[in-house]
Amino acid sequence: MRKTNALAFAALGTVLTMGLAACGGTAGGGGNTSSGNKATDGAAASTAKYNDAYTKVVNPSDAKGGTLKFALTNEPDSTDPGNTYYAWNWNFTRLYARPLMTYTAQPGEAGLKLVPDLAESAGEVSADGKTWTYKLKKGIKYDDGTEVKAADIKYAVARSNFTDELTDGPKYFALYLDAGDYKGPYKDKNLDDFKGIETPDDYTVVFKLKAPFSEFDFLVSNPQTAPVPQAKDTGVDYEKAVVSTGPYKFESYEVGKQLNLVRNTNWDPATDTTRKQLPDRIEVQYGQNGEDIDNRLIAGQIQVDLAGTGMQPAGRAKVVSDPKLKDSTDNPFTPFNRYAMMSTKVKPFDNVECRKAVQYATDKTATQAPWGGPLGGEIGTTAMTPTTVGYKQFDLYPNGADHKGDLTKAKEALTACGQPNGFEANLAVRGDRTKEVQVAEALQASLARVGIKLTIKKYPSGDWSAQYAGKPDFVHKNNLGIMIAGWGADWPSGFGFLSQIVDGRAIKPSGNYNQMELNDPAINELLDKGIQTPDATARNEIWAQVDQKVMESAAFMSFVYEKTLIFRPSNLTNVYVHPAWGMYDYTWLGVKQ
Amino acid sequence: MPGSDPPGHSGRTIVVAFIVRRVIAAVLMLAVVSMATFAIFFLIPRALGQTPEGMASRYVGRDATPEAIQGAVKRLHLDDPLLVQYGRFAQGIVAGQDYSLGPKKAECPAPCFGFSFNNNQPVWPTLLDRLPATLSLAIGAAVLWLVTGVSIGVVSALRRGSVLDRAAMTVALAGVSLPIYFTGLLSLSVFAYTLGIFPGGGSYTPITENPVMWFQALVLPWITLAFLYAALYARLTRAGMLETMGEDYIRTARAKGLRERTVVTKHALRATLTPILTIFGLDLGLLLGGAVLTESTFSIQGIGKLVIDAIRGNDLPVVLGVTLFAAFFIVLANLIVDILYAVVDPRVRLS
Repeated sequence: MRKTNALAFAALGTVLTMGLAACGGTAGGGGNTSSGNKATDGAAASTAKYNDAYTKVVNPSDAKGGTLKFALTNEPDSTDPGNTYYAWNWNFTRLYARPLMTYTAQPGEAGLKLVPDLAESAGEVSADGKTWTYKLKKGIKYDDGTEVKAADIKYAVARSNFTDELTDGPKYFALYLDAGDYKGPYKDKNLDDFKGIETPDDYTVVFKLKAPFSEFDFLVSNPQTAPVPQAKDTGVDYEKAVVSTGPYKFESYEVGKQLNLVRNTNWDPATDTTRKQLPDRIEVQYGQNGEDIDNRLIAGQIQVDLAGTGMQPAGRAKVVSDPKLKDSTDNPFTPFNRYAMMSTKVKPFDNVECRKAVQYATDKTATQAPWGGPLGGEIGTTAMTPTTVGYKQFDLYPNGADHKGDLTKAKEALTACGQPNGFEANLAVRGDRTKEVQVAEALQASLARVGIKLTIKKYPSGDWSAQYAGKPDFVHKNNLGIMIAGWGADWPSGFGFLSQIVDGRAIKPSGNYNQMELNDPAINELLDKGIQTPDATARNEIWAQVDQKVMESAAFMSFVYEKTLIFRPSNLTNVYVHPAWGMYDYTWLGVKQ
Repeated sequence: MPGSDPPGHSGRTIVVAFIVRRVIAAVLMLAVVSMATFAIFFLIPRALGQTPEGMASRYVGRDATPEAIQGAVKRLHLDDPLLVQYGRFAQGIVAGQDYSLGPKKAECPAPCFGFSFNNNQPVWPTLLDRLPATLSLAIGAAVLWLVTGVSIGVVSALRRGSVLDRAAMTVALAGVSLPIYFTGLLSLSVFAYTLGIFPGGGSYTPITENPVMWFQALVLPWITLAFLYAALYARLTRAGMLETMGEDYIRTARAKGLRERTVVTKHALRATLTPILTIFGLDLGLLLGGAVLTESTFSIQGIGKLVIDAIRGNDLPVVLGVTLFAAFFIVLANLIVDILYAVVDPRVRLS
């Protein structure tokens, strides 16, 4: 564990006091861990250094007032907390929507612990592991002054998971709740017909599951448990007038253009251990030019690039070459692993030795370069990423001290595979993603060194999952041996990261993310065992075992654990990188006037 | 010049008939454009093997289950025959349509150009909402480039070979060559973020809200966009003027003893302007359909920005709507240019 930290820190070139690579986070832990006063830890504005906000609060301040300005290159899928699937939006919606549980407001590993938000405490689980009960804090109000009721949470889950109209968010509750053939609240107006959740009184929410699920606290931390009164629901239009439970409420919203938030006077900080309410207003501009966003950040005209995916290449080049500007940046891990999957159903990758040959022959410094070098990602050797709870560092296919490839071992593997002179194969990539295409070219050059000749096949990213790499039939027909992809967990645990991409039962005829079609009964069983294990430490051990097994298959090859370079304007206060999002905690920010 | 007109009544009839004919042709043209674009977005993908489910998968989230995709197919009627789908689209333009948003229906009143399923908005009101920004940008820039471009072109032509001519043509060459996203970002960097004279990107404000801010925010986009076109127009005007100044009738005009100023403005410039006007009409029409690069560079939420975002997001109804909208402006601009021709060039009127 410590070794991992040391490696990560060396790459960062900074001294960090706590590692995100550590395992053993108490996922599902409860208690009233308050972090409301962490702000006193921070450094003063003038002395903040590169990556400071990664480990502590920079520019700490409780000064209120001003307008905090966000800008975004595109627009959200929806501002409706129940209908969104962007990580940044799960971070941002917490400004106006409180779920049952949320993450501790702290940088580093501590931030991955869950704390109750609308709930009084973490969920109480029944002996059979299939019933999770949450008690609501009393007296929590919407922005119109009415009180939050348990039925509103039940309704919020029903609308976000059981309707044809709200399609943008994930459907975990539909997958795990024992709801029979419930048709959803738009077809069946009687909420009593929704048996997956019971509300015995106004302050108790009881989730009924099909099977034990030990990380349920993580699921209810997603914004879909933020309450929605049935009378206020207008379906997909609800995004225009979301009812607020957080420190801010909607003032105006022009779809695709601008969202303005103002203080919610009915938000009671006494009930909320994780948020602040510093700026008077929050303005978000959508559809802004990416290069211009960077320039406006540097000029201090806006404070945050909402997407949290970091600066554009031009802006990045500008700040890293200027030590003063570089001190105003942070370089956190994102939840993403950028990797290649080798299809276990396409020859000759159906032979594990041929897959190993790829692992050994790849020059990982060359495949790291398109992401922006070390600033864009740390070279990866596992499926799980360093900010996933349960992550353990290991490398089954060491390819030289400098990661440039071990060609001797690669040739041995090729011989063992029966292809001593190499072979020809197809490499699929999203043709409209420049970085991924460059990675494909680097991989092509790497493997050519041992006689593996790759032909790059480009497909549009829009239909990548539905029509091409995510469609096993298509993969087989077109002999797509290697596919370049990426994955970020919906919640930072081994299960949250791995279940969709390595579980053999998650292989789908279309929209498939287990593109290697790995269907190892041992992995499937471990995933089941893990999610039914109540003890977090034991559970996290199991996730590490799954990771080990996945890497033993050699079908998964990580290029980088992605990192971003975020600019931190000097007029932004109370800034720290929250590890669950890999971006600033948007509910903590303030602005100097 | 009433004296040179054909007898009054029949002249008006000819003009009215001409306009009516052109309007009918324009409407027919738009119908054909709507069919062609509809075919491009819906017929060709189907012909290439795209299934209704494949098309619907673009409208559901990342975690699309087969049920969600089927739901979208039904909701969007993607499994109907294409002719029925086109019929519904055309009917929507004439009579409006309703869409299910969940607990309530959304009305998309006529002319319903369709309904964006990326952001759940009817396309027509979105277009109207984005139009003022594009109009502000395009018209302001057009005035600027027409005045500066033509003036520089004339001066350059009259002082051919002078330092002024060479300097103007060098700048013009730069203007034609440099992409807007370069000149735009450069101008923002210098005038907004370094000197602080003008506001930065994303500061466009509707004229109805704050006229001063509207003007300030548009100065840089106007200049950037006009720089490109002015350069082009200067070169065109210069070439046209040089050609015209060598014509016999210019020599005749001079021989009659007319002042040089009259020769240039009344005789030479008028002839030169005819082709310029044609191009101007087309350029302006195109720009009203969206100044994609300028709007993107300066983060102005106009039609051009709308369509580029729609293309990136695979939002077919919006792309379809903007295409029709832009086609309308181009057809309209052509019509106006044809009429203006008659004003500028008496030869057109006589024929």
